[in-house]
Amino acid sequence: MNRTQTSGQWRGWLYVAPALLFVALFVLIPFGQLAAMSMTDRSLLGGGRFIGLGNYVRIGNDAGFWRALLFTVKYTAVLTPILMILGFALALLTADNTLLKRLTRTIVFLPVVIGLSSSSLLWFWLFDEQVGLLNKLLVDLRVIAQPIVWFASADLAFWAVVISITWKVVGFGMVLFIAAIQSIDREILEAAVVDGAGYWRRAFFIIVPLSRRIILLATLVSAIGSMLAFDQFYIMTSGGPRGRTFTAVYWIYQNSFVSFRLGYGAALSIVLTLIILAFSTLQIGLTARSEAR
Amino acid sequence: MTGAALAPEAPALAAARRRTPAAFAVAAISIAVIAVVASPIVLSGLASIKTAADAAAIPPHYLPRALSFENYAKVIRFQAGLATYVGNSSLVAAMTIAACLALAAPAGYGLARFTMRGREVAFLLLLAPIMIPYQAILTPLYLDFAKVGLVNTRFGLAIVHTILQLPFSIYLMRASFEAIPREIEEAAVMDGCSTWRRLTRIFLPLAVPGLVTVALFAFINSWNEFLAALILMNRDTSFTVPILLVSVRAGKFGAVDWGALQASVIISIIPCLAVYLALQRYYISGLLSGAVK
Repeated sequence: MNRTQTSGQWRGWLYVAPALLFVALFVLIPFGQLAAMSMTDRSLLGGGRFIGLGNYVRIGNDAGFWRALLFTVKYTAVLTPILMILGFALALLTADNTLLKRLTRTIVFLPVVIGLSSSSLLWFWLFDEQVGLLNKLLVDLRVIAQPIVWFASADLAFWAVVISITWKVVGFGMVLFIAAIQSIDREILEAAVVDGAGYWRRAFFIIVPLSRRIILLATLVSAIGSMLAFDQFYIMTSGGPRGRTFTAVYWIYQNSFVSFRLGYGAALSIVLTLIILAFSTLQIGLTARSEAR
Repeated sequence: MTGAALAPEAPALAAARRRTPAAFAVAAISIAVIAVVASPIVLSGLASIKTAADAAAIPPHYLPRALSFENYAKVIRFQAGLATYVGNSSLVAAMTIAACLALAAPAGYGLARFTMRGREVAFLLLLAPIMIPYQAILTPLYLDFAKVGLVNTRFGLAIVHTILQLPFSIYLMRASFEAIPREIEEAAVMDGCSTWRRLTRIFLPLAVPGLVTVALFAFINSWNEFLAALILMNRDTSFTVPILLVSVRAGKFGAVDWGALQASVIISIIPCLAVYLALQRYYISGLLSGAVK
């Protein structure tokens, strides 16, 4: 570490203070308010009577919340491996800097920078049973006999969202993995070539193990994003059919801003925060460790 | 298989292998990947320049029958007018960029260049928005904002977008300042420069790539953010572009105007693609330092 020890302590704090104040004012205090609100029966119309842990007890009996949480976990458990494996495959495909490979990389990454609302509406159109070009393509290729009504079935709707999100974010993992692959000492790989290790052996036994830290971090970042999913379901499925595609955040949104059960929504938010905290602590710990290395 | 997909091989080695069947297979896969990933955006673009009737045709056609800008004309005149919505999004993004730079640059400087007791605690506090997802605190923020008249204001939304972006921005600025050699600073100390002059005359000019990266991420994430805008901007003159998209789909009488929808999708993604393609290097390096280092 090369930090120049300059002047008094207070000067350093002076530079950090505005950001600290901002975080205190707009994150920590609201979080305190959230915790307090979670112990009341507050609604948008009023209320606010202290009811202790009543809301938390109620969560235990809220089948809708558990279904939404389970759905979110399933979504995360299905999507994350797809993103990581496909992302790694694309990184292997495009890791060196030929023109075609750089072009492939740039194109695969493009959807990462567009909005989730834009990509969700784009795919909502592609999946439509009447005007959707994906259905038309599948019919033209004789994969299906007639257009599928994707959003009428919870399973198909789930896969429609998974497909659209894979398209949207697979480039994120890819870019991280390319950096990992490019940072591997070329002598190790050349030695393996001399030893007669074929391409796939090198990929599985050298490149993947040496990239494991980045794979772990990318998995965590990706999983946190999926656990907080909202936009894509709000736009593509509206939680349907029959409320079977609500995510945790979507359920909180429904309670807080549609049914105006603010106190109860606050309790749900606290539970969600604790779940995310487990992931993000791991993430920050890992980041700090690789920094200290 | 050969190692044609691997960067770390000697160029001569790679060149000798370039014409093998495996290399052709890799090139073919790359082109297929480009086609699959690019086609949704290309098809959306083509749909946006169909006539409204053609865009709503059942079954749909891949290509426009005739060129028409009536979908764009419709979006431009939609509700309060496209200019209002693009104006809202641009102003929110500009304020978010300004706030992120104004808070993160000094904070990064303080954390990188001063040895204060409790510095790491301060750093962890500044990362609080990662541990407390903003989705969880939107209810108290909404109620607080309602009290002080910040609901339906661009300033209020910019505050929320700054919360989202601040941990990454501070992390990046700290790393940028730490990378500047201490010798450069020591010369300034000899010359008797104050810490503030050192920040503005030496550190900021040397950290321009970091500042550009912070601004770039602030722009893209603010422009695309959906949930906070959905909750805070509920008047049809205060919508941002992502909310405009959803209301274009909702349309006037329930039937989706597919042509106008694809026109609005294209309008929403053009700024992101343009900024990303122009500043790709900064985007990728920011992504890597944010998630990996």
